[in-house]
Amino acid sequence: MNESALPQKLADVVADFQFVDRGMRAEMLIEYADRFVEVPASIATRPFPEASRAPRCESDAYVFPVDQPDGTMHFYFAVENPQGLSAKAWAVVLEETCSDTPLEQVMKVPQDVIFELYGRDLSMGKGQGLIGMLDMVQHAAKQRLIARRMREQGL
Amino acid sequence: MSDISARGYVNANVLVSTDWVAQHLEDPNVRIIESNEDQLLYPSGHIPGAVQVDWAADLNDPIRRDYLDKAGFESLMRRIGVTRETTVVFYGDKSNWWACYAFWVFQLFGHTNARVMDGGRLKWEKEARPMTRDKREYAATSYVAPERDDHCIRTFRDEVLQHAKAGGKMVDVRSPQEFSGERTHMAEYPQEGVLRGGHIPGAKSVPWARAANPEDGTFKTAEELKAIYEGEIGLNPSDDVVAYCRIGERSSHTWFVLSYLLGYKKVRNYDGSWTEWGNSVGLPIERG
Repeated sequence: MNESALPQKLADVVADFQFVDRGMRAEMLIEYADRFVEVPASIATRPFPEASRAPRCESDAYVFPVDQPDGTMHFYFAVENPQGLSAKAWAVVLEETCSDTPLEQVMKVPQDVIFELYGRDLSMGKGQGLIGMLDMVQHAAKQRLIARRMREQGL
Repeated sequence: MSDISARGYVNANVLVSTDWVAQHLEDPNVRIIESNEDQLLYPSGHIPGAVQVDWAADLNDPIRRDYLDKAGFESLMRRIGVTRETTVVFYGDKSNWWACYAFWVFQLFGHTNARVMDGGRLKWEKEARPMTRDKREYAATSYVAPERDDHCIRTFRDEVLQHAKAGGKMVDVRSPQEFSGERTHMAEYPQEGVLRGGHIPGAKSVPWARAANPEDGTFKTAEELKAIYEGEIGLNPSDDVVAYCRIGERSSHTWFVLSYLLGYKKVRNYDGSWTEWGNSVGLPIERG
């Protein structure tokens, strides 16, 4: 994976996960999950809209992008499954590394990052759910970029 | 859910309650083993004193599609401080799906002194029982295992083909959509490279999770289980039954239910399951 294409904060996270054994990897991911803070009530409250639900995520993760004045976005998350540690950890990583980051960089984050963090033996179900969360983040970034270009072109 | 002993199981003593486990946390003759799909659950908190058996790292051969061999099993048991006399008690996530899978692998090596904690991790957590992140180390043992027995509770493709041709009983424990051929993978799980959808001719569909109560992960009563497996698909305790799913893990749960809770004498798990059958050239398939 070409780490230079990643947002710097995400590249730093990926670097932290290089050369760790299976046990250390789990401990590091749990530390991320422990930091999970749900989307503030000022942004979204239950019942969360279906449009915000991450596809294929068995832990029922929701993604809430919020526009920032500098043209970036901040990504907030909710994870309904209290045992959804993998989803919570990934939510923290995404919020901390893709929020307030140029959207062009967010769009370039490859799915392979998930396997760099979680390991190649990540179960199929979990992998698909985490990819679904990234899909939601990148879909929001793409929509915002399209809107921006249309404005710039006077459309 | 009622007391385990009141549920009418043929081998009720294969299950232990959460109360029983709570009373045996410091019992040197008992080893509590957690086995989950989600590899973050055990390190995030587990029953005090429990060890983890990881289905991917501990139970599977790292190269070939097969289980660990005699030497690998001995190494695992020595590492988690188990002797041939130790009572191992499995529990885990998803209504003990993965706990039953580990239990089944242990039976390939004849460790019959094994139990499953009814309700698994879900019930323990719901009862607000103690959890810890401390990983306890146990003194290594000198466990000696027999050679893996691949004949009594495990079966292979060619045997299943003969079984199907002979009209033998089979339980397909995947989802109804997988059984019908509408999809080749679990809902929310990706396509995993299976070329054909459907089921082995003659197999009957009973999704594995029907054997458990979703609210607390406990097993249903014998009467409820008989209504499903005997009333709905006509199984009989004297039948030679093959259970299968996608790779043999969900079917371990059904194998456990039929073999122990209902006392069926010959139930085999076809761990090649649909990822082998649905990719094999020339094997018969039914749809719908």
